[in-house]
Amino acid sequence: MALDHRFHQLQTLRSILATAAYPLQLAVDAPIRVGSRILDSFSRHEQLVLENRLLRSDLMELRARQLRFDALQAENDRLRALLHTSAQATERVEIAKLLAVDLDPFRQQIVINKGRLDGVYAGQPLINADGVIGQILTPNWTSSTALLISDPGHALPVIVARTGLRALAVGSGNPRRLNLRHVPPQEDIEEGDLLLTSGLGGRFPPDYPVARIVSVEHLPGQPFLAIAAEPLAALDRSREALLLWTDAPAPQPGAEEPPDGRE
Amino acid sequence: MNPGMAIPVPVLLSLLAAFALTIVPLPGAIAPARPEWVLLVLVYWGMAFPRRVGILVAFLAGLFLDVLQHQLLGQNALALAAAMFIVLQIYPRMRVYPLWQQAVVVAFLVGLTRFLHIWIQGAIGFPPGSSLYWLPILTSALLWPVVYHILRDARRRWLLHLT
Repeated sequence: MALDHRFHQLQTLRSILATAAYPLQLAVDAPIRVGSRILDSFSRHEQLVLENRLLRSDLMELRARQLRFDALQAENDRLRALLHTSAQATERVEIAKLLAVDLDPFRQQIVINKGRLDGVYAGQPLINADGVIGQILTPNWTSSTALLISDPGHALPVIVARTGLRALAVGSGNPRRLNLRHVPPQEDIEEGDLLLTSGLGGRFPPDYPVARIVSVEHLPGQPFLAIAAEPLAALDRSREALLLWTDAPAPQPGAEEPPDGRE
Repeated sequence: MNPGMAIPVPVLLSLLAAFALTIVPLPGAIAPARPEWVLLVLVYWGMAFPRRVGILVAFLAGLFLDVLQHQLLGQNALALAAAMFIVLQIYPRMRVYPLWQQAVVVAFLVGLTRFLHIWIQGAIGFPPGSSLYWLPILTSALLWPVVYHILRDARRRWLLHLT
């Protein structure tokens, strides 16, 4: 146990055992998946047409925005080249499915169906359409375990979008709640402020939305504000996640946030 | 391991079922109340076949459980092996206990494993901060008669010739 905790020496053994465990996890997951598919097939025709129409209009809108995005990206790269700064990292995403299996109910962890064979690595960011979900804890051959940002052992460096104030968003064990640590009372921070990843720590690329602040309290006698934020991504309800690959240089060991990614 | 000590197939199947029940998703509100299925099954088989299902089996099952639940490798293994050790000490008495008294012993064993878990998790810095953590003691004891009857019927049907 000490070996596993301190030195991560047993990764291979864990990988082998986890690969053996994968069929069992799939077997548990399968009936639930089939069940939801059967429910889907019973949904009404009009409903499907309506949903289809909505999705179509969404797609149109996003396409139109994408047109401008490509042009802007090109322009941005050109300007950066002129200024001789490094080009922005390009990013690649892939969809991973969450397996419907429960882990320890007092930790916030999930299992996804992509593993080292798909190029998943430890510390890789995991997002969905709304915001950051978490990061990969241990990649196995065909599946991986990921740590959600709401786990009490997870800390995420963020900035407040409105003011650029840097802070650390620490999980609380509740999937709808993050706590911001060590923000002094004189800082300008309000309810409703949007939190983005800051890119410090080297694991998460900058400027991904994380959470919105729901309450800021100054408890008399406490040196820091008690700030609660709600993650934008529905951590306890999503069935899919996006794995993010960035072409940025590998994070420097020692530069990463300490409580992160540890058992 | 000589052939007379091999682990029968129904034992392995029941363990597999216990693993599956351990990771079946439950609604959030009752998830902390999930009984310790693997321990229940191991206690029964330890009681029935103390020479076949012993500390080594409990340890290996615990190792597999660690990986399934993604806990520190060895945490469940240690807890289950400790519980199995106690079962092996007292199995002749447990066999003649009435069911409710067995349930009390099971509650004690679950409490012991939970205690070992919280001890280890506290040592590495992630203590579960909720008293719901102790709920499986109650649910495991309540479900013990069910597990007992199912496994006893299985043993009488397929494994009556074994000791």
